[in-house]
Amino acid sequence: MRILEAQGVSRIFGGVVAVNNVDFNVEKGLVNGLIGPNGAGKTTLFNQITGMDKPTSGKIIFDGKDITGLPAWKISRLGVARTFQNIRLYGDLTVIENVMMGLHFKVGADPFKGRFVQAVKSYFNAGRENRELYARALEWLEFFELDGLRDEEAHNLPYGNQRELEIARALAADPKVLFLDEPAAGMNPAETAHLMHIIERIRDKGVTVVLIEHDMKLVMNICDNITVLSFGQKIAEGTPEEIRSNPQVIEAYLGREED
Amino acid sequence: MDTLVQYLQYLVNGLTLGAIYALIALGYTMVYGILKFINFAHGDILMIGAYTGLFTYTALLGESTNAAWMLIAFFIAMLVSMAFCALLGMFIERVAYKPLRNANRLAPLLSAIGVSFILSNGAAWLFGAQSRRFPYPFDDTPIMLGGISITPHQILTVVVSVIMMVVLTLFVNRSRMGKAMRATSLDQATSELMGIDVNRIISMTFAIGSALAAVGGILSAFDFRVYASMGTMTGLKAFVAAVIGGIGNIQGAMLGGVILGVLESIGAPLLHIPSALKDTIAFAVLIVILLVKPDGILGKNEREKV
Repeated sequence: MRILEAQGVSRIFGGVVAVNNVDFNVEKGLVNGLIGPNGAGKTTLFNQITGMDKPTSGKIIFDGKDITGLPAWKISRLGVARTFQNIRLYGDLTVIENVMMGLHFKVGADPFKGRFVQAVKSYFNAGRENRELYARALEWLEFFELDGLRDEEAHNLPYGNQRELEIARALAADPKVLFLDEPAAGMNPAETAHLMHIIERIRDKGVTVVLIEHDMKLVMNICDNITVLSFGQKIAEGTPEEIRSNPQVIEAYLGREED
Repeated sequence: MDTLVQYLQYLVNGLTLGAIYALIALGYTMVYGILKFINFAHGDILMIGAYTGLFTYTALLGESTNAAWMLIAFFIAMLVSMAFCALLGMFIERVAYKPLRNANRLAPLLSAIGVSFILSNGAAWLFGAQSRRFPYPFDDTPIMLGGISITPHQILTVVVSVIMMVVLTLFVNRSRMGKAMRATSLDQATSELMGIDVNRIISMTFAIGSALAAVGGILSAFDFRVYASMGTMTGLKAFVAAVIGGIGNIQGAMLGGVILGVLESIGAPLLHIPSALKDTIAFAVLIVILLVKPDGILGKNEREKV
């Protein structure tokens, strides 16, 4: 079943066609890979889907709803979470506070709505609410094996841990789909192996994952299906085996053989 | 008169003045915390607040001299003025700052100076250039406490300011929206990903800051009267107070306001500064702070800021 569909999405920057009429389907409950050489338009497509940018044309359907052009905060509240190539944490907050932030603004919890009485109640219950959030944030940190670092300020963490923390925070908001933009970038092989394990566990929790990644070993091992972009266009989609042997994909990555 | 008593008197006056600076400084600091932008029209909001308060109060009062009604009318006028300034602040943000949010940092600053001119000259044109007295809503006979005179309007000023600051602190620290506000001040782009409507938070920030400025305007009108350019100097000093405390930091603005009020009140007699040069104290303090601790007393390293 498709949980998210990009239909004929294009994004043109001036004269540059960064994404050209791409159809991209995200299958529910699976790990969906999005790969392609540098500059293929993968992150641009992510940005269109998560509302960081508006597509020039095309449509994005999430859970049966047209979300094309909605602001990022609305899309996030509908249940689409993401991480970034360049990590975006609250650097001055501690590790656990970052996760609490994700919990606090949980999907579906509108900080502006709710009856007046409830608002006043939560005002007086803030202490208890905080303790509950803390306990739940700790569970997420345990899931990522980051609980030992809970009181460290986020910017002091090693790179690999920062990435994991960003994923933990995104998951704490209870999203339906999680977009990971090159989560293994800059990780050593041990960290990448750990990440692979984490992504599997995320999928097992029932969260759909969309993964941009250059680490082919990771992609081929973990993705259930893969879409390949090159120069803004979709050139292939299929299972890892199909992609591995697809001549167009090989050409896009390695160039045409001359003889 | 005993010099100690004299200086205690200056301290009382300084605390009153400082409470007003603090209220106004909060608006500068909250907006700066979120947008990294100094709203130079903030001082003129307090002037509009004072006028709105004055007109509402006199209209409500009519010919009445009933003591209870005077006090009630005053508080109603204050609420009306707060509401009006909150709307005005949101409107100004929408019209003059929001379209420039992605522009060069200088652009909204210039826009703010333009808004400031429009407000102060507009007020001078509409309400005339003469200053008006803000009538006391009670008998303002000073109470003598061991040689120190404390007037009821000073007590009112301190009590109202403290209530406002406590409510604001609770709001920012405990309410969901306050938390969203703090999150936004830490990192706008990331907060948007957490599902926070950043535009709405910015609107709210301007509304809250402007409402507090309205209260500051009304309270300062007792001592300084109501006139079109009343916000310029008071606004500038409140800005200095925000910088002293550490701009972007809420507790800093409160602390900076009180410190500046007391320094002004005590500094002039202590250093034999003629009253015509009294205003130089605030700016001398600003220069010293910028040289010695540019982040302000509670600046930067403090984690919770808005």
